[in-house]
Amino acid sequence: MASAPPPVVADGVAVEYVDSAGRRSRAIADATFEVRRGEAFVIIGPSGCGKTTLLKAIAGFLQPAAGKLLVDGAAGREPGPDRAVVFQDFDQLFAWRTVHDNIVYALRVARRLSAADAKRRADEMLELVDISRAADRYPHELSGGMKQRAAIARALALEPTMLLMDEPFGALDAITRNQLQIELANVHRRTGVTIVLVTHSIQEALYLGDRVMVMSAHPARIREIVDTSTAKDVESPHFAELTGRLRELLVHRDDALGADRQAAVE
Amino acid sequence: MRWAQIPVPVRYAILVIAIVVVWQAYVTLGHVNKLLVSSPLDVAAVVGADLRSGKLVAITWATLQTLVAGMLAGTAIGFTLASFAVFSKVGHDLLNVLSAVFNPLPSIAILPLAMIWFGLRPESIVFVVALASVWPVAINTDTGFRTVSATTQLAARNLGLRGWRLVVDVLLPAALPSIIAGLKASWAFGWRTVVAAELVFGVAGSAGGLGWYINNARYFLNTATIFAGLVVISVLGILVEALFGFVERRTVIRWGMKRAA
Repeated sequence: MASAPPPVVADGVAVEYVDSAGRRSRAIADATFEVRRGEAFVIIGPSGCGKTTLLKAIAGFLQPAAGKLLVDGAAGREPGPDRAVVFQDFDQLFAWRTVHDNIVYALRVARRLSAADAKRRADEMLELVDISRAADRYPHELSGGMKQRAAIARALALEPTMLLMDEPFGALDAITRNQLQIELANVHRRTGVTIVLVTHSIQEALYLGDRVMVMSAHPARIREIVDTSTAKDVESPHFAELTGRLRELLVHRDDALGADRQAAVE
Repeated sequence: MRWAQIPVPVRYAILVIAIVVVWQAYVTLGHVNKLLVSSPLDVAAVVGADLRSGKLVAITWATLQTLVAGMLAGTAIGFTLASFAVFSKVGHDLLNVLSAVFNPLPSIAILPLAMIWFGLRPESIVFVVALASVWPVAINTDTGFRTVSATTQLAARNLGLRGWRLVVDVLLPAALPSIIAGLKASWAFGWRTVVAAELVFGVAGSAGGLGWYINNARYFLNTATIFAGLVVISVLGILVEALFGFVERRTVIRWGMKRAA
């Protein structure tokens, strides 16, 4: 048997958005990259760079308008639990189910587990993300951090081939955010699941990512893919050096006027 | 003790008792013609007698049966219309056109037509009640479906949910605050319609419903019986409102989708 294909292969991918008036606009053009199995692949960029759109295309919510997007070796995949998504918004959990039931329900419909198996697995996952004590609470009774833990537990319970995360900690306070980053890194180490994470935080990208893909807005495109697997110690000079490098790549992009001026000089 | 410090049920009870006492005093001390206004004691006596004889129970039961049959039909059609509206543009336009045409029409105005179609039978009243309850349910359910958060829907699709499973497992509970609001409005319209229709329709026999009970008493100038019918209608209304409140506390309020009143 041939070795498994990479989880994501994007070759010249363009994704379009159709707004409510029916107008098409290109959210991203000509994206070429590859996500390797088991790595934490971080997409970073300013607002409007199309990073969330790209994640939605991998999840199957949007289909590319051009180019080739292979997910686990196949194109045109519908959304499915093999690519479990964790969103930024808290209402990704079903408000009418307790935390435990959210996971059990997901396993019942998406993995067709028996009630007993689903319950056992839900217990394990709640243990993994350390919210067993909140198992029988409804989502609205939880803090933001606990909601995100529950969402991560639900996603991991599905045993996805990859975990797609769209600014999962973006709505949390700085302290909770740091804590969850540390725990996500632990979960990644322990489960070895492939993670594709979208963020606009350089610190988060460096700390969690094995590789960081830097994107620019206007035009939305990929700037560079930086290997960050060696920068895990936030105190180290190497971490500081890579922080500077990512910041330079990002700020450069944001300053459209500067880019124009530079183009004029060249 | 300040008024605001007294528990709410006690406050309401005090007010109700005060109103009844004033009403009784007005009738007793004011030497009011008993053919025009009955006293609470006379009304209570009629309610008691007609409850014991089983007459009031049978009559109330008849009204409730008609109401429930009409509301079930109306609600089922309303849900179906709203579901089609979610799945297709044509369905959405159809719902808009139908509700725009029929919603402003008091469904009791359809009663004469219903009587021609179905005769002087309960079916005529069931029909107008269904017509009264279908639009609030359809419009509110449609609004509820449409306002389900994008993230909730994406999360559902991520689990591979599609079609009816998506509607029943996710859209329906997510839209429940609107759906309950629609059912409340539908009940309010249906309840007024059933009583009004029974007033018109006074020939259906001995168990013709509360509207008939009231109108029949008018023929015999049994004013206390008219009041008794009105009291029963009002008390049932309060009970159904309480039922809605109970359902809301157990569902949308418990789930944090609606604030407690």
